[in-house]
Amino acid sequence: MNDVKFHKLLISFNALLPLCFIAYDGWNGQLGANPLEFFLRTTGVLTLVAVLITLSITPLRKVFGWNGLIKYRRMLGLYAFAYGCLHLVTYSIFDKSLIVADIVSDVFVRPFIAIGILAFLMMVPLAGTSTNGMVKRIGGKNWARLHKLTYAVAVLGVIHFWMIVKSDIFYPALFALIVVALLGFRIIYKYRSSSHRTKKATVA
Amino acid sequence: MSNKKRLCRIIKVVSNAEIDPNEITPENVYLNRRNFLRGGLVAGSAIVSGSAYRFFNPATLRTDLRASITASSENSASGSADIANSYDEISNYNNFYEFSTTKSAVAAKARDFVTRPWAIEVGGLVEAPGTLSIEDLLSFEHVERIYRMRCVEAWSMVIPWRGLKLKTLLETVRPLAKAKYVAFESFYDPAQMQSSFAAGIDFPYVEGLRLDEAMHPLTLLATGLYGKPMPNQNGAPIRLVVPWKYGFKGIKSIVKITLTETEPPSTWNIFAPDEYGFYSNVNPAVDHPRWSQATERRIGELKRRETLMFNGYGDEVASLYDEMDLKKYF
Repeated sequence: MNDVKFHKLLISFNALLPLCFIAYDGWNGQLGANPLEFFLRTTGVLTLVAVLITLSITPLRKVFGWNGLIKYRRMLGLYAFAYGCLHLVTYSIFDKSLIVADIVSDVFVRPFIAIGILAFLMMVPLAGTSTNGMVKRIGGKNWARLHKLTYAVAVLGVIHFWMIVKSDIFYPALFALIVVALLGFRIIYKYRSSSHRTKKATVA
Repeated sequence: MSNKKRLCRIIKVVSNAEIDPNEITPENVYLNRRNFLRGGLVAGSAIVSGSAYRFFNPATLRTDLRASITASSENSASGSADIANSYDEISNYNNFYEFSTTKSAVAAKARDFVTRPWAIEVGGLVEAPGTLSIEDLLSFEHVERIYRMRCVEAWSMVIPWRGLKLKTLLETVRPLAKAKYVAFESFYDPAQMQSSFAAGIDFPYVEGLRLDEAMHPLTLLATGLYGKPMPNQNGAPIRLVVPWKYGFKGIKSIVKITLTETEPPSTWNIFAPDEYGFYSNVNPAVDHPRWSQATERRIGELKRRETLMFNGYGDEVASLYDEMDLKKYF
């Protein structure tokens, strides 16, 4: 097995570990008095965690020069999508009994549901274009442009989280800080490298 | 080793003639080392991500199967199959923000909560103000009541309470004619509890009822559940239970009761006046601004239930609100 293949397996193993814990705790009746609420909340948080890990690849490459990480970014994004699917399916089945009309009315009446669904819908084209074939078909530049949607997914995800808590905003605030840092890094990096270029140009 | 690989190896060795062949790691050693490293990576990463998961999601206490006590007909809406939740469910899923905002974490955080000595100061617009010790309060006539408890977060439980009617206490201090409301205050000790900043709401927690609501025979000052003293996490040693209102009206660990002429403040109403009203009667027709109140998840059930007007206690309490617009006074 080559290293890339092994690292991919390693990522999958760690990405699926939370599900093993949940299954184990569930089997032992240790998910608390409201296991459905726990599962719904936990899959939501894991979606956000996976999105943030995906977004941290670029800063890690730029700061530490770990360019090899790029090979695993699409896969991390797909795990974010997978947890997002679990989150949405749990909500649809156990909160809405799969009644489409109820889900649609929820979207129109409750802003936090609308934001969550919007974030999920934005992940769909990203997951759909994650194969090598699709990258080639739409062209690397367009592909990169499309996948900037991830920034919006992260921001909407944090807002969605923030809107559902009652008074203890610690975790949504923590996630918001991380998103600000990850997106802020990109803005500063872009600004600095472009001003660097202009300086060079004027010197020349 | 395949012949091709061996050939490559030989070519490499030949082309790097300056390297002493003894310095080259034999392939089997190299592979062993790599497998060892990979094993370490698998184990190490699992320890890191596994402990991160466990840190944020500790395994909760094992919850027992549900108890088989059904709500008595005296105090429940007819026809509803209400089975009491188990003691474990009731005592491990608590909103008690003084200890933690995580419902499953309250029990552990409240374990060493000191509830003796304890007294409630009763005053305000009453003929006979005074301080009642918990022993005095426990000597009042007690009743057993199995009530539905509907949380504003849209989950519910059925709880077998034991307590005294609030009416019994109020009659001993004799409210003055001017008294229109009853204000309650919780115990708060920063040495035993978390800060307001961590919880996001002000402490001490305060609540209030209209006097006629307080005098209603369903309104209890509960001192225990399942025939046991009140667990710390459920509001030991004495708490309010108003079964037709959202759970947060049931103020815990009460130290002060004051009769007033004007509507007293209530903690969640101060925090978000457009989300939590003073009355907070259970009402499926009036949604919380962020979520629906039409249905609820009964703890222990998979399918959501329809939420009942006044939590199913309409026959007993609807007359208290005859002239009121319950959308306005939510």
